[in-house]
Amino acid sequence: MHIILAIALGIGVFPWLTGRNEYFISLLVFMGINGMITLGLSLLMGYAGQISLGHAAFFGLGAYSSGVLTVQYGLAPIAGFVFGILLSAAVAYLVGKPTLRLKGHYMAVATLGFGEILFILFNELSFLTGGPSGLSGIPTLAVGGLPLEGTAFLYLVWGLVILLLLFSLNVINSRVGRALRAVHGSELAAGAMGVDASRYKVQVFILSAVYASMGGSLYAHFINFISPSSFSLMFSILLLMMVVVGGTETLWGALLGAAVLTLLPEYLRGLEDFETLAYGAILMTVLLFMPKGILEGVHRVWAWSQRGS
Amino acid sequence: MGSGVLQIQDLQKIFGGLRAIDGLTFNVCEGQIKSVIGPNGAGKTTLFNLITGVFPPTRGRFEFMGMVLNGRKPHEIARLGISRTFQNLELFGNMSVLENVMLGGHNHTSAGIFTAGFRLPGMRQEERQIREKAMEELHFMGLEGKAPLGATSLPLGEQKLLEIARALATRPKFLLLDEPAAGLNIRETETLSQTILAIRARGITVLLVEHDMSLVMGISDEVLVLNYGRKIAEGAPREIQRNPEVIAAYLGEENGHA
Repeated sequence: MHIILAIALGIGVFPWLTGRNEYFISLLVFMGINGMITLGLSLLMGYAGQISLGHAAFFGLGAYSSGVLTVQYGLAPIAGFVFGILLSAAVAYLVGKPTLRLKGHYMAVATLGFGEILFILFNELSFLTGGPSGLSGIPTLAVGGLPLEGTAFLYLVWGLVILLLLFSLNVINSRVGRALRAVHGSELAAGAMGVDASRYKVQVFILSAVYASMGGSLYAHFINFISPSSFSLMFSILLLMMVVVGGTETLWGALLGAAVLTLLPEYLRGLEDFETLAYGAILMTVLLFMPKGILEGVHRVWAWSQRGS
Repeated sequence: MGSGVLQIQDLQKIFGGLRAIDGLTFNVCEGQIKSVIGPNGAGKTTLFNLITGVFPPTRGRFEFMGMVLNGRKPHEIARLGISRTFQNLELFGNMSVLENVMLGGHNHTSAGIFTAGFRLPGMRQEERQIREKAMEELHFMGLEGKAPLGATSLPLGEQKLLEIARALATRPKFLLLDEPAAGLNIRETETLSQTILAIRARGITVLLVEHDMSLVMGISDEVLVLNYGRKIAEGAPREIQRNPEVIAAYLGEENGHA
């Protein structure tokens, strides 16, 4: 709880400390959007033990739902936001139901294929999506005629991140979370105690798709322009990397990973041609020395320094 | 013998070329403690895995209180009121002692992902009830002082008891115990036999797989002897101890080792 308050306070005062610098604010917005998606992925990986290579597609479903409904049909942004959630949930159910009954990595392969299919659809359904050249003119969000820009949008994004974090923590510390942990601990015993493992895996997959869709809708309204390249396999892999780098053991790891991997490319930009090289080297170093993620690594170093003193 | 809670007819399970269970027919009557004995590899644990739906039989049919169990998944069978422990412990090592037992109450609660995520009013009450029930079962097994510890940090004997507490928290009508006395000392085994009798006194029918003959002969109403997946004898403990085929196949061998 203290950490949540600290995050809220940090996000609250940050814009004012930096003179409401647009660049810093947009970095924090992207961090929040990525964090929203990785929270869901962390539930899926850390608690349901499944890997998704298709979350960029759910992010895209949210973004295009918002973009298409507001630009092509002139509907209110809230309609796009809600439609994206319902669509992502329905699609996640259809993809998850057959694959999550199987043990092993079928889920990873199925979501990989699903992501590619949606990527093609975003490109080819050009009468709706604008095709490869993208969809522009997506309106900025507004409340009562006042546009939600800059600091106000930042607060909206991080307000939602905190709500989703609280929701996720509640789920983990409940009957459902216990069932998921039991499946992780011993699927054999969980079944013998009456836990329907595939049912909970499908539910968590749907939940994670909904988080990604929310992120996508906010993204579309923030940058006002979307094109398929933002929703490719590369982004799915980046999201997965965020969760792994931060640590799959807890939800905090997912948020930390999202923050680190959103900021890292910005700091490496000065290296120009060597940017990708340095990025790869840093990721490998982290995973070699902190296989359970940065959060765990920091804990270990902290424990070690306490013992030394 | 027609009024069995559990009725098993002509059960067969073949793994590759091995007939683990071969044409087995037997009943377990309500309120009984029935034991299954036999040398290692006789098919005892296979029998438990078949009853609880871990894998399907090659042939044969099971009925529990008139309902056919064939084709049901483990979690569905658990919901009918059949619970079990495992020969090789299957505790949730990532959870506390209390949480392990609380999981046993899974089917008696209903909170879904939304009720849980939004902490809706019904949920807190449900959590409290499930916690109380779990504490009752820990108390019944004498483990109430261990509630907050990590499940796999307990000594082996207590882990065995914890598995029984978890199984009891499902409020079963029928309990399968897979070698509960393995690894226990004489005093612990004596306590265990009292516990199993107390479980029966709660109206729970017990099917027991066990190697400890004094435990089996001391508390069983009926004993079923398996050898190479086949039934070689079935009856009251006294009859079994005198059955020449059993002595040859099992007890004789055991005496030979001793």
